[in-house]
Amino acid sequence: MKLTKFANLLVIGLVLAVAASGCKKKPVGVTQLPNPYTKNPTDKGSAAPLTDNGGRTTLPTGPITTDVSHPPVNPIVNPIVNPIVNPTGTPSNSPDTHAGWPEDRSILKADTVYFDFDSSAVKASEKPKVAAVADYLKANAATAVKIEGNCDERGTEEYNRSLGERRALAVREELIRLGIDATRVDTTSFGKDKPEDPGHDEAAWKKNRRDDFVVLTPPAK
Amino acid sequence: MKYIMRFNQIFAAVSLIAVSGSAYSQIDITNVVVVPGNTKPIYISMSGFTGEAVQVLRFDLYVQGFAFTNAAAAQYLLSGSNNGNLEGRVTDPHNKTTLVSKVYSGAALRRQAHAFADDFVQALGRKPIAQTKIAFKGESGRSGEIYIADFDGYGSQAVTKDNTIVAAPCWVPGHMALYYVSYRLNNADIFYHNLSSGDRKAFARYGGSNISPAVSPDGSKVAMILSKDGWTDLYVCNSDGSGLKRLTKSPQDESSPCWSPDGKWICYASKDKERRALSKISPAGGEPQRIPTSGVLSPTEPDWSPDGKLIAFTSQGAGFTICVVPATGGTATPLVAGEDPSWAPNSRTLAYGRRQGGHYALSLLDVPTKQYKDVSRIPGISSQSQPSWAK
Repeated sequence: MKLTKFANLLVIGLVLAVAASGCKKKPVGVTQLPNPYTKNPTDKGSAAPLTDNGGRTTLPTGPITTDVSHPPVNPIVNPIVNPIVNPTGTPSNSPDTHAGWPEDRSILKADTVYFDFDSSAVKASEKPKVAAVADYLKANAATAVKIEGNCDERGTEEYNRSLGERRALAVREELIRLGIDATRVDTTSFGKDKPEDPGHDEAAWKKNRRDDFVVLTPPAK
Repeated sequence: MKYIMRFNQIFAAVSLIAVSGSAYSQIDITNVVVVPGNTKPIYISMSGFTGEAVQVLRFDLYVQGFAFTNAAAAQYLLSGSNNGNLEGRVTDPHNKTTLVSKVYSGAALRRQAHAFADDFVQALGRKPIAQTKIAFKGESGRSGEIYIADFDGYGSQAVTKDNTIVAAPCWVPGHMALYYVSYRLNNADIFYHNLSSGDRKAFARYGGSNISPAVSPDGSKVAMILSKDGWTDLYVCNSDGSGLKRLTKSPQDESSPCWSPDGKWICYASKDKERRALSKISPAGGEPQRIPTSGVLSPTEPDWSPDGKLIAFTSQGAGFTICVVPATGGTATPLVAGEDPSWAPNSRTLAYGRRQGGHYALSLLDVPTKQYKDVSRIPGISSQSQPSWAK
């Protein structure tokens, strides 16, 4: 009997001891903080030649805005997934091949090639334009051409940058197939950065899924 | 019988001592099972702070999965003042413990408040993020520049002034340096930019397009998408540019590489049997493996969490959705509308872009609770996108 009472008292005593110890406060500390932004890049002046420094500007900060509106939903139903279109890949030209060659965007503007959504396949309806570009290049043997691949806005940024390049490569392959020397054809991609039409509907999007042709002529000596 | 009863009482007393020996961690937050998108926030209350300190603490803690309530209902009480230096205290009213009790000095109020928020989450066993940085692309009109800022968007600075198209900034882990794409030389080229010295150089300037740089966690390698060999393929090289290795040979698209935190895998967006999918491949080469993301369409733009457990990505269905999937693959969890996620060092907060018409706003999402909030916007810049969180 007495032992049971003692055990009970032991439990109560321990509970009280625990409760008391739990209230211990940690000592107050003083934290010295370093000046902020000690590792920020120092300003090296305005835009300088590429191989040296990048120019910098300091912008003012702004208030926090809380925008809970939702972006318009662009319905994408049945995304078209395309079969393999480029059975071979021809190595690209080195970047300096046509460095400094004056550009002309107007000569072949009418031959801009358009693509289906999420596709880099050159459609049969577009092939005559590629043939026209090939004809121009054959008639102007000193020129070269840069193919700029573009996408509509309905894709993520890096996916579109990759897709735009494949669109340019697809037309490049077609030009090579038509007898144009690979060294005369460069490619680049702007993803969705350079829409022809800034609208947000299919009428605009179909104008943006395109390859533009930029004629390059050798610099006058 | 009597003997057993007495034993039980003594056993209970001894157990109480054993448990109470670790009273400070009696509720172990880090071991709670966290379900992405389906975890309740931790409720806290705040008192005594004013002005910008309140704004900073509310933002910092909301995007780390805390929600604010009254003191009676709160699990933790934040109190203090900011007349001059910020004084901050965090107590646990139920366990009667003090987690933080500090005075902060020597910096602007925002920084002091960020430091207090960091001390609070660290007391719970989490990695702090309130004094970290992000990089992103800022655009006005047709041209853009690369920016860095505090994780909440404050203190932004343009690190380029080229008036050209830029894309895809990526931090070098642990360093004030970035890789990014710039069309400064009339083509999509990858640059390396040392932000401390201001020096930069064209890192990948092969023929065709050079896009989507991703630095390995130990900084020794860079993965990227190149079209130099005629297709858009995944390549990897050493951080000095040497040792270029082609990892994929496929006429279908690869894009958006990212690294596993142990550096053993590169995860990227691919087409697999004509369906868009996430895949992974060893940087040493070999066969790619598919990472299933069942339940959502067209995964792209993956980012691997620093703790290795989850891959966040963009799903493109009817609109764009931020999703997470276990890193081993499985059922994906859609979270919020958005694109291009980048993990914070705490493996629970994501920076991402929210589409608004033709432009983007940057936002931060707490994956377990789905709480999200936009970062501060730069005046005069119409679109901020493609965030990379410094780790």
